[in-house]
Amino acid sequence: MSVIGNTALKFSEEQAMLLDVAREFCRDKSPISKVRAQLETDTGFDAALWDEMVALGWAGIALPESCGGSGMGVATVVPVVEAMGRAMLGTPLISTTLAAQFLLRAGGENRFEGVLAEIASGTTAALAQLENADWGDTSIACSITADGVLQGRKKFVADAEVARLFAVLVNHEGAPALAIVRAEQLPAGAITPNTLIDQTKRSASVDFTGVPVTAENLVTGEAVAEALRDVRLLGALLTAAEATGSAASCLDTVVDYLKTRKQFGKLIGSYQALKHPTVDILSAVDSGRSFIYHAATLVGDGPLDRDAEIACRMAKAHATETLLYAGDRAVQFHGGMGFTYECDAQLYIRRAQWSQQQFGDAQHHRKRLAALLLD
Amino acid sequence: MSATEQELKDFRGQVSAWMKDNQPADPGFLLPQTFMEVGDERQLEFLREWQHKVWSAGYLGMAWPKEYGGGGVERVYQAIADQEMRRHAVPICFNVIGLGWAGPLIIDIGTEAEKARYLQRILSAEDIWCQGFSEPDHGSDLGNAQTRAVRDGDEYVLNGQKIWTTMGNFAQYMILLARTNPDAARKYDGLSYFLSPMDVPGIETRPIRKITGEYGFTETFFTDARIPADCLMGEEGQGWKIAMQTLQYERGAEAGAAGGLMMVRVTIDDMIEELHDVMRDGEPVLKDPVMRDQLVRMIMEEKAIALGDRRAHIAPLTSDYPGSLPLSHKLRTTEMTRRMRQFAINLQGAAGGLYVGDDEARQGGFWQRAYFNSFSATIGGGTSQVQANIVAEHILGLPK
Repeated sequence: MSVIGNTALKFSEEQAMLLDVAREFCRDKSPISKVRAQLETDTGFDAALWDEMVALGWAGIALPESCGGSGMGVATVVPVVEAMGRAMLGTPLISTTLAAQFLLRAGGENRFEGVLAEIASGTTAALAQLENADWGDTSIACSITADGVLQGRKKFVADAEVARLFAVLVNHEGAPALAIVRAEQLPAGAITPNTLIDQTKRSASVDFTGVPVTAENLVTGEAVAEALRDVRLLGALLTAAEATGSAASCLDTVVDYLKTRKQFGKLIGSYQALKHPTVDILSAVDSGRSFIYHAATLVGDGPLDRDAEIACRMAKAHATETLLYAGDRAVQFHGGMGFTYECDAQLYIRRAQWSQQQFGDAQHHRKRLAALLLD
Repeated sequence: MSATEQELKDFRGQVSAWMKDNQPADPGFLLPQTFMEVGDERQLEFLREWQHKVWSAGYLGMAWPKEYGGGGVERVYQAIADQEMRRHAVPICFNVIGLGWAGPLIIDIGTEAEKARYLQRILSAEDIWCQGFSEPDHGSDLGNAQTRAVRDGDEYVLNGQKIWTTMGNFAQYMILLARTNPDAARKYDGLSYFLSPMDVPGIETRPIRKITGEYGFTETFFTDARIPADCLMGEEGQGWKIAMQTLQYERGAEAGAAGGLMMVRVTIDDMIEELHDVMRDGEPVLKDPVMRDQLVRMIMEEKAIALGDRRAHIAPLTSDYPGSLPLSHKLRTTEMTRRMRQFAINLQGAAGGLYVGDDEARQGGFWQRAYFNSFSATIGGGTSQVQANIVAEHILGLPK
């Protein structure tokens, strides 16, 4: 068998339609001026816009119909997130989708029907998993006491300040467990916002110490570990999809500038020193799109298999390195303008650093790919 | 009527059995992986005999018309035969310019006389074909070709020079691009296309020694060489158009090729398979974290191209820059191959410094030679740098 392995790539009519609608929506509703208007707000997004996205059904596209979703699977979130990445539109869609997937995969379709229905109708949710900066650290210090009280702090919780629900990874008798916490349960001052390199994003540390969790809001057992692994892979995939969209619009920004800026009497796009790396960006974006839709083809509602795991890891490893390169070159190719805050290149180079560090960087995934492919 | 699945399955079994029974024994010298590596007479004779055998068995030119030596059946049969040839790792069908370019061209636009004269002998490998497009001063700038063809009665008189003529010293015929009108307003309009014999006084070839140390190309000199006027294909001035059509076949866009295994593809699996037992720091090289990372990058690169081939057929996923995947395909695959082969040398430790001829060279120096030969693809058919310009200008719309 070849190490190249599975090369399935399918794109359904529904996905195509969704991609079309999402691209148009994001283009119309989130021009760069609107993106910039959100950079220094508390929430980082326009609540009215989120409501429109919810009305379009996007908060529930991956959720089962029994929970008020459209039952189209997590693969259909990929085109939406790619479109959002293209428009640099920051919303809690990724966080909410992943928190919901954690609940769904760990608890099963029926157990959290009510909570998932809330999410499908627009209740924002966040995934609280990390306790330090190491994506490879499997230890969990945040624990739940015998009488059901949380003890500990989670870090880098994306969209924590706007989340109404938290899917919290906790240590229950030495094994991973999932606790559901409502924002109202958090004591005052529990959330400490981060200052992020990507100003379109929001995250915070959240101290869950003292929050009581009832038995019905605690999932234990082996399903949690598997669900966690899959949710992290899906997180990698959605981050990759978003980064691929951002890299594509970063490429457009570079191309526009290369076609209009003149130096030494010539359009700078005629210089091969700029032209060829721009073609490299194009090729990398092309590969990125192939990887994310390949992964989308392989991820289903059930546990992710080996091929799906390989696909998600490859998508992430490739997409965020692509955006790092595209953003880096975008700044350089804009010359003096590129060094300014006013130039849009900064949005992409900042997004690139953020995306690289979500759900494991390229090295993290290649290391695991090596084990999957070579051992 | 289309073949049924059962018929195709039976056919596959039949080809497979034939390949197994007729797979030639190891001749004791390195066989060419591509037609550009046929360097000496013994390689030539070996490959000529093999191609003749494949054709005689009915597994070459299967979709070409029956009256010209072909099989007259649906293309799908040839595709199956090709897959089986690849699977059984038999030698290549080396008459590639004839099988893949000149043949399909003659079938598409040739006269009855041309078809009768050339096609069967291409398949049987009685006539080897070469290509005279590139010139020393006009490597990637084909439209500027300066070799002259002057009409004199019922002959054309050729003067000039071509270069990188693959198998020029072995070929009986050449597809030749020459200038019949130096005064044409557009340089392209002064070009004409010939099916020229090589065994003519005034046509001389000089083998070029390649970076590998072997032969495979020639320089071809034309000094008042006279060829019959009916060697002109189409009409005077149509040379550029016909040359572009020829390049379409080269790029695989048209389905007219006679088939046959045209090159031995070396995959990343081959590299892992062959080199997995190399040691590094006292451990198998595949355990080395740095080398593992490099390998994963290469696997991803190859996989991305395979996935891109799939995505290219899904219209909603190619709307941003339509044409980007096919147009950058040559650039990406050839560059990837070059890097992969270089890495295969890198993997070998001190043995990477050995070369063809050393008894201890891994696989007889296969990877070293393969790496050097990979430049024929990153340079030939438009260098990677020219390809990048083409992609930048045609796909991204960047200025010239």
